[in-house]
Amino acid sequence: MSLDISFIGILIGSIMASSVPLILAASGELITERSGVLNLGVEGMMIIGAISGFALMVLTDNLFIAIVGSMLSGVIISLIFGFLTQSLLTNHVATGLALTIFGIGLSAMLGKNFVGIPGKEFPILFSSLRESIPLFGPILFGHSIVLYFAFALPFLTNYFLKKTKLGLVVRAVGDSPVSASNQGINVILVRYCCILYGGAMCGLAGAYLSLIYTPQWIENMTAGRGWIALALVVFATWSPIKVLIGALIFGGITILQLHMQAIGFRIPVQFLSALPYLMTIIVLVVISRDSRKIKLNTPTSLGRIFYKEK
Amino acid sequence: MALYFFTPFIAIILTILGGGMIFYILGFNPIEALKFYFITPISNLYGFSELLLKATPLCLIAIGLSFCFKSNNWNIGAEGQLTFGAIVGGGVALLFYNQEGFYILPLVIIAGAIGGMIFALIPAILKTYFNTNEILVSLMLVYVSKLLLDYLVVGPWSNPEGFNFPETRQFSDSSRMPLLFEGLRIHAGIFLALAAVMLSWFVLYKTYLGFQIKVSGLSLKTAKYAGFKGKTMILVVFMISGACAGLAGVGEITGPIGQLHRMISPDYGFTAIIVAFLGRLNPFGIIFASLVVALTYLGAETAQIFLQIPKYTGQVFQGMILFFLLASDYLLFFKVKILNLKKNEPRH
Repeated sequence: MSLDISFIGILIGSIMASSVPLILAASGELITERSGVLNLGVEGMMIIGAISGFALMVLTDNLFIAIVGSMLSGVIISLIFGFLTQSLLTNHVATGLALTIFGIGLSAMLGKNFVGIPGKEFPILFSSLRESIPLFGPILFGHSIVLYFAFALPFLTNYFLKKTKLGLVVRAVGDSPVSASNQGINVILVRYCCILYGGAMCGLAGAYLSLIYTPQWIENMTAGRGWIALALVVFATWSPIKVLIGALIFGGITILQLHMQAIGFRIPVQFLSALPYLMTIIVLVVISRDSRKIKLNTPTSLGRIFYKEK
Repeated sequence: MALYFFTPFIAIILTILGGGMIFYILGFNPIEALKFYFITPISNLYGFSELLLKATPLCLIAIGLSFCFKSNNWNIGAEGQLTFGAIVGGGVALLFYNQEGFYILPLVIIAGAIGGMIFALIPAILKTYFNTNEILVSLMLVYVSKLLLDYLVVGPWSNPEGFNFPETRQFSDSSRMPLLFEGLRIHAGIFLALAAVMLSWFVLYKTYLGFQIKVSGLSLKTAKYAGFKGKTMILVVFMISGACAGLAGVGEITGPIGQLHRMISPDYGFTAIIVAFLGRLNPFGIIFASLVVALTYLGAETAQIFLQIPKYTGQVFQGMILFFLLASDYLLFFKVKILNLKKNEPRH
């Protein structure tokens, strides 16, 4: 196999495409976690987004409705999590796990009649430029609008958290809900919003899979990407820009293993597939050893239940 | 306190009602669908044996998890510990694939328990010495162990006479759990689960270790003031929990399966988390909860055959049970909150 320039361009383009669901879901979860809520239901919300996006596309034949609908369905399902953890003060870990188990089951139930239906081609932007520029063409152009949005999202998230007043409110709520509450901030409301936003992004991430990346519905098609997205947030020490870098690394490993399989590379493919998980553990160990480093970015009250004393 | 053990029943009733509603929305007769789900599977002796067969691993794992959860250690990677236990136990069974002997099965079982234990020690050691989050580490390891199993059954351990199917040789009869009744799949592994229940009850309620575990769960600060060795305790509860999950894995491969292949567990390790909660982390509660949750597995299979509903619906029920259980805890929490507020008042 020759490593010519056009191949490298296509390779990088495909790595970018495979990292999109990770970026979207992890950026959403990052905001949720920054507000002090640990939602382990990412996988469940993604798969619900995947089936509702695909079902709406088949039923309405309108990709815009499908995309918006998938985000809405993510919001609706995350509302269950929000209501339980924020209004009924349930344990975040257990509720999130229940959400994932429930979501996978429900998606298979809803998707029963959509198995085997071919998807629709999703419009790509600047497809003429893709062919005309040698290396950067396939990297920069010829992608779906969702991909461009995903790559802008970490920067927007970063700006939101660091430069806007609302971002400060989110961080305050995540670090010290009691002080935030004393400042007159409605902690529960802020956390609800962050949970629902996370749900919307996870829904979109799922829809990207079922509408754009592999346009069809397969049971359990998110295949653990939600868990990787969760790991990514920690991997990135809750920093949006590092989420982007981490997603590209993880996406890169996925693509690399496909190509290595194709060339008949010696390392068993399962070891390459295990790399993202092992790397996350290693990063966790490295960042957690230094308690200052982890304090700098970790939402201090992550996963702790907050209630306002009346 | 009575309410504490009563709310799981409320959760189960609400789940059945919720399930009926979902069936109705999907266009099935809810009464008939629920009958296929919860009554048909256990209406004969074979079905009842299948129920116990599925409840066995769930009960074992949940018993182990109760040690972790009671002491505030969030081991959610039991599925990985089950898989790794099955790999180690299965490896031993494969060593003896052409031999018979009374000593083989005990060796396989012990190997499985040790395998699960070692795998659970990874998040425990990382938590105690590197301060890492055990939720994420134990979870990541689930995928690592499943990929390792996949590699082994496709590659080095695949059956040489197996036409490249992703599975190992069949274990010899000496590596198989003895069946309890002719024609039924229920096997001696159920005694392992019952022994685990008894032992865990004894350890949790009658020993100093159990006391330490409970105190640490209620208040880490108190445990520190009392001078409990926090690190050792974390390692111990993870080891107990991993060993139980490993036993469950070995019970599956030496019981109904009889070899290693990719699908040795339909996510028992994750579902057991629900079982542990539904059983209120109480050994006898867990027996009851494992039977209820095992029924959702069986019901899903029956419903798939008779109503052509994907068997993933079992997960809808499992998720709903946990949702309703957690929600009904609000009643309890509210009571606790009022008491706590009164106690805390002088501090403000």
